[in-house]
Amino acid sequence: MKHLRSIDELGHDGVVRLLELTRHMVEINARPVPKVPALRGKTVVSLFFEDSTRTRLSFETAAKRLSADTMTFSVSTSSVNKGESLRDTIETISDMGVDAFVVRHKSTGTPWQISDWTNASVVNAGDGWHQHPTQALVDCFTVRQALGVERFDGLTLTIVGDIKHSRVARSNISAFSMLGANVVLVAPPTLLPPDVAHWPVTVSHRLDDVLARTDILYMLRLQSERMSQGHVPNLREYGETFGLDAARAAKLPSTAVIMHPGPMNRGVEMLVDPSALPNSLIHQQVANGVAVRMAVLFDLLAGESSTAHLATVAS
Amino acid sequence: MSNMVMSVDDVRRAVTRIAHEILERQQGSASLALVGLQRGGAWLADAIAAAVHAIEPHATVPVGYIDVSMHRDDIGLRPVVPGAISRIDFAVDGTTVVLVDDVLFTGRTVRAAMEGINTYGRPRAVQLAVLVDRGHRELPIRPDYVGKNLPTHVDDDVRATQDGVIITSRVSS
Amino acid sequence: MTGAERIVLKGGRVVDSRGERVVDVAVQRGVVVEVGEQLSGGRTIDASGCVVAPGFVDLHAHLREPGKEEAETIETGSRAGAKGGYTALVAMPNTDPPQDSVAVIDFVREQGKRAGLVEVVPSGCITLGRQGEALAPMAELAAAGVRIFTDDGNGVQDELLMRRAMEYAKGLGVTLAQHCEVATLTKGAVMNECQCCTSLGLPGWPSIAEELMVFRDIELARLTGARVHFLHLSTARSVELVRAAKRDGLPITAEVTPHHLSLDETRLTTFDTVFKVNPPLRSLADIAALRAGVVDGTIDALATDHAPHPRRDKELTLDQAPPGMLGLETALGVALGVLDVSLTQLVRIMSIHPAQIAGIADRHGRDIEPGAPANLVVFDPNATWQVEPETLASKSRNTPYVGMTLRGKVRHTMFNGDITVLHGEAQR
Repeated sequence: MKHLRSIDELGHDGVVRLLELTRHMVEINARPVPKVPALRGKTVVSLFFEDSTRTRLSFETAAKRLSADTMTFSVSTSSVNKGESLRDTIETISDMGVDAFVVRHKSTGTPWQISDWTNASVVNAGDGWHQHPTQALVDCFTVRQALGVERFDGLTLTIVGDIKHSRVARSNISAFSMLGANVVLVAPPTLLPPDVAHWPVTVSHRLDDVLARTDILYMLRLQSERMSQGHVPNLREYGETFGLDAARAAKLPSTAVIMHPGPMNRGVEMLVDPSALPNSLIHQQVANGVAVRMAVLFDLLAGESSTAHLATVAS
Repeated sequence: MSNMVMSVDDVRRAVTRIAHEILERQQGSASLALVGLQRGGAWLADAIAAAVHAIEPHATVPVGYIDVSMHRDDIGLRPVVPGAISRIDFAVDGTTVVLVDDVLFTGRTVRAAMEGINTYGRPRAVQLAVLVDRGHRELPIRPDYVGKNLPTHVDDDVRATQDGVIITSRVSS
Repeated sequence: MTGAERIVLKGGRVVDSRGERVVDVAVQRGVVVEVGEQLSGGRTIDASGCVVAPGFVDLHAHLREPGKEEAETIETGSRAGAKGGYTALVAMPNTDPPQDSVAVIDFVREQGKRAGLVEVVPSGCITLGRQGEALAPMAELAAAGVRIFTDDGNGVQDELLMRRAMEYAKGLGVTLAQHCEVATLTKGAVMNECQCCTSLGLPGWPSIAEELMVFRDIELARLTGARVHFLHLSTARSVELVRAAKRDGLPITAEVTPHHLSLDETRLTTFDTVFKVNPPLRSLADIAALRAGVVDGTIDALATDHAPHPRRDKELTLDQAPPGMLGLETALGVALGVLDVSLTQLVRIMSIHPAQIAGIADRHGRDIEPGAPANLVVFDPNATWQVEPETLASKSRNTPYVGMTLRGKVRHTMFNGDITVLHGEAQR
């Protein structure tokens, strides 16, 4: 595997391999000096065509803890805005000597296009509504760690909210299903994609109906623009029907955990302070983000997925 | 062709001797720590710690384990797959860390471990204990405690466990 | 230009509305002068094993001039057309400036004459600037020779405006060609709304966005009596609606593109922008219904929607890359490969019907008989060839058929008696 573009491309064994590797990275991050020389001499470029300070910092921190050099491509000051084609941009940066691109773009498929135009590895940090594989790995790792299990057989993951426009949902449906979880989607029909019948999920339009059988409650962010697009009449009504408040939290089994990919919309999908919830994993999700991304970069550039064995120098 | 060069008893006696030598050199077990190199050095670190404890029952010598994959100098030349996870849950600052490995060969793993130890803090001193020194060093590294010096061919395979040390010659003749 | 030299096409299977027969065809001074056996004299071109038919007519070509000459010019588009066996191309009006004034219409026609490879037939805009707000000067344009009007690229969204356009068009005796797309339903859409778009997270272009407008315009045609032509139909239900409208005797015609007959929505799973097209590639069921519509005559014409884009534009992301693909040079090969129709039916949908719809049936799509203008194509229906983008005459390279082997190759094309393509090579 030269690239990490989607959970489906990664496959079950790849997911497990990266989750195991993440445990090493968690240990490294706990050291007084959380930095190892593993990727010395490698260059990682973050190409964020869409703002996401959290994800970008998470990747750049990961790269630096592995001693890779990092470059940030700033779209706002680049020639992309001067009509340069994406291909020309990629080829120009590649010529500077790049080992991995970390790509975030609002258009689905951009990481695949980019991987056709460069010899570097491509890591998808979110493409359109399509995939956000490192977030899914973070979420799986966080659940493994919190519940002390390796597989999720018998566990029910309930994803609530704007499934239609969510790359996090698409990646997590694949990843959690691979590890054995039952996945339930809860959303109004306007926030579901047109054809979910072939997905390995069950669908409900009523959150209250599924809380009691939920082991992992995953709240998605609702962007306010969904209101102007007519997906929901208003945010208050959305919160009333699909938001997590104290009464709904009380309906969850006592062992259930609560997750959110961030950033949270308090007062919309989160009507309760998550830090007041005993089983919130939201902070762990953020904390594990760096370790997972270290595992991904290491795997692609030095580990099992790397092409290091093709090097001509004899070991 | 395989050849047992240390028996189970030889190993036990060597471990006990190394434990004595460590205590003697440190003049006791205070601020002493053992760190086994994953994976082959882990059992040996445990065994030496047990021997130290047998000699000085009141001593508490912390034992840690370090996986050196992330510090290797051959990253990029071959795919590196980390083994067991590092675990050093004591402060190494100011301690004398004895790195423990089963077989000392090129010295590259030990170099990686010395670098790795520094991510946990700054020991007062770092020493090296090995069960077998088979020669063919590629770096200026010398063990402080040796179970047995063993001349080998560079292609030989050396397996060291609690049950003995076996050398397998890959060269015919 | 029209040569005084007598040219005899020897031994071909002549296919036109009357069926097929093996005869020689002699051409001189721009017209067919003799059809019969064992013709001689003048220059002989071997047509044995080939079909000799009235030259193809494309109802739907984006020639990009004026305004986007880096994608295509009228000359390069004409050359691509000639290589594809075409003798007439209806030029779509989404140029810059758009074809909503006599000056631009005349310019396009003159550029076509200057290239001299095909007849370039300018279409006119229905609304000013294709903005869907006010009617273009349709009577002026009709007086300048425009016979078919369209806002292609956009559908006319406003019901009242479309009704007025139809009423006005009826008075002028011209045809309105609609790009059927209810724009509010397709905002940001990249591909067909389907199982595939669900997983890829691509904004979907639902079939109903086309079908609603097909239905609306059928009913407006029923109300006004105007002649309406539907561009690039892509869904099974659209075909069904047109079939019913024709059963009712309404003056409706419809076209389908080679790509909607041959490529399905899953092509976009590679995220290759060459497969982004409007309307989008649809499901296999839609493809089957479109093919059936061609076979039973519901669909009148095969039209390419030839839409050249420069490399730079197609190397944008899927959401930004413009829709459209090349079609002129591959249409015949694709049609022969996917359509289970007779050669006569093929000639009907590629030449005879489109010539009638475009209002140029006096000079294109005519039966091959003495006196008919010599707009002819000679093609080998069995020859196979591989699509290599570098060999295309179009200025752009965005063909979805790269590397594919097609069956059916144009050997010679004759426009007004001039040989524009000989042995597959453009003559200028």
